[in-house]
Amino acid sequence: MNAPVPTFSGYGLGLRREHYRNFLETAIDVDFVEVISENFMVDGGRPRDILRRVRERHPVALHGVSMSIGSADGLDRAYLERLKALVDEIEPLFVSDHLSWSRFEGFNSHDLLPLPYTAEALDVVCANIGLAQDVLGRAMLVENPSSYVAFDGSTMSEWAFIDAMCQRTGCHLLLDVNNIHVSAVNHGFDPVVYLDGIPGARVRQVHLAGHSQGEDMLIDTHDSPVPTSVWTLYEHAMSRLGPVATMIERDDAIPPLEELLAELNTARRIGTAARRKAAA
Amino acid sequence: MNLAALQGDFRGWLVEASEHAARRIGPAARPGLSVYQNNYRTQLVTCLAETLGHTHAWLGDEAFLAASIAHIDAVPPHAWTLDVYPAGFAETLARLYPGDAEVSELAALEWALSRAFTAPDAAPMPLTDLAAVDWDTAVLRFAPSLQILPATTNAAAIWSALAAGETPPAAALLPEAAALLVWRQDFAPTFRTIDAVEEQAIALCAAGQDFTALCASLAEALGEEPGMARAAALLGKWIGDGLIIGAAPPSTAA
Repeated sequence: MNAPVPTFSGYGLGLRREHYRNFLETAIDVDFVEVISENFMVDGGRPRDILRRVRERHPVALHGVSMSIGSADGLDRAYLERLKALVDEIEPLFVSDHLSWSRFEGFNSHDLLPLPYTAEALDVVCANIGLAQDVLGRAMLVENPSSYVAFDGSTMSEWAFIDAMCQRTGCHLLLDVNNIHVSAVNHGFDPVVYLDGIPGARVRQVHLAGHSQGEDMLIDTHDSPVPTSVWTLYEHAMSRLGPVATMIERDDAIPPLEELLAELNTARRIGTAARRKAAA
Repeated sequence: MNLAALQGDFRGWLVEASEHAARRIGPAARPGLSVYQNNYRTQLVTCLAETLGHTHAWLGDEAFLAASIAHIDAVPPHAWTLDVYPAGFAETLARLYPGDAEVSELAALEWALSRAFTAPDAAPMPLTDLAAVDWDTAVLRFAPSLQILPATTNAAAIWSALAAGETPPAAALLPEAAALLVWRQDFAPTFRTIDAVEEQAIALCAAGQDFTALCASLAEALGEEPGMARAAALLGKWIGDGLIIGAAPPSTAA
């Protein structure tokens, strides 16, 4: 089992193309940035150059969307080797991906598809995380998903599945508070029960984002400011977590950087107050 | 249902909208399954439109969307990166528009430029290294971003007009078939039209033939003096374009 990932307490933003110039040319008040790993798992050219230059200024977390941790037919070794090369060069704070699957038998959906929470799926997920951590030579962070489907065959809750996954693999957690809210509304569970059910000591990073109201359910769109419901849940989460890195994750309808920095300041205020209150 | 069977059914739902697969996944899952299918198709359409923006503009929204849907139905994505999904779109367009070759040639050009954007880095050979080269035995090494595309239409002129925000010319066949040379200068993908002589010269060098063989080939094709002059001109052009990353005998040319 790989050594635990050190804690990092701070506030950061997802680095998006619209803000590359800001981050390369000015001093931005963030403690770290997170990038989508796959955007930089390329052979060369401007993307790798930008990442190298940003890395000179800020700690970087690598957040993946294509590992497909839940694939029944295992992981793509070529993908893992390419990710490892990026990890070795960037020396990131964290390497994360999602509790989901995308690929099966040569098909890749390029979406974060849901898993049934069964003993068999747990075996698959743990074997895949184990392989990834062996290849990468470090413990990963696994992010709780948002989902639009719950399976009749599930035999345990998502939080019980995550708890078992952490115990068996030694992995850490990237807690996406918006995802908990979205799934709680879509599947009718209590988000506080979820938060109380996961192993809080394993959380190293927190995502905050917005969502949209779909026809029958909430959709995890990351295209709007963090809503009140998510701030409330974040406050509860921060009262029971140790030192963590909190990040605003905006992927669509990207606003000017100033708006995201103002949102990040709200996270700082709520997070700091919640931690202080919990310690009192 | 085990995990592999469920993932196979999910694939069947996303790719073929299989009602049998949806029923096996579970009756309670149906509203959510529609969200996933919408996400799947929207993401692929967006990927094609963003990578091939000028082809999109040339065809118009409705025709580009129809072509995208035809491609998505015929070619489900397989690679770990969405970036390579547009790889076969030019072939799909060639099938859909057999009488309008500029459509597929425009898409092929945009895809080649996209590939060049993230091709491996390689520094051009410095001019100061030229004097030390033994030109009798030197094999030229080209930048890894270099690609050559066949050109039978004015797709390149259409691309240039659209890139400049100008009204593109009407589609037309070239007076004689040519080729497009695509590569990256520093971080910027670029291209230019080349004639058959230059296309064959690059192919000969890329096949590992040395500069002496290139000169001999050009002398045979064009005559002794014009052939030598063309060899010198091509070498100067390639160096100026940043296309040459090395020139060394075969034993040291990696």
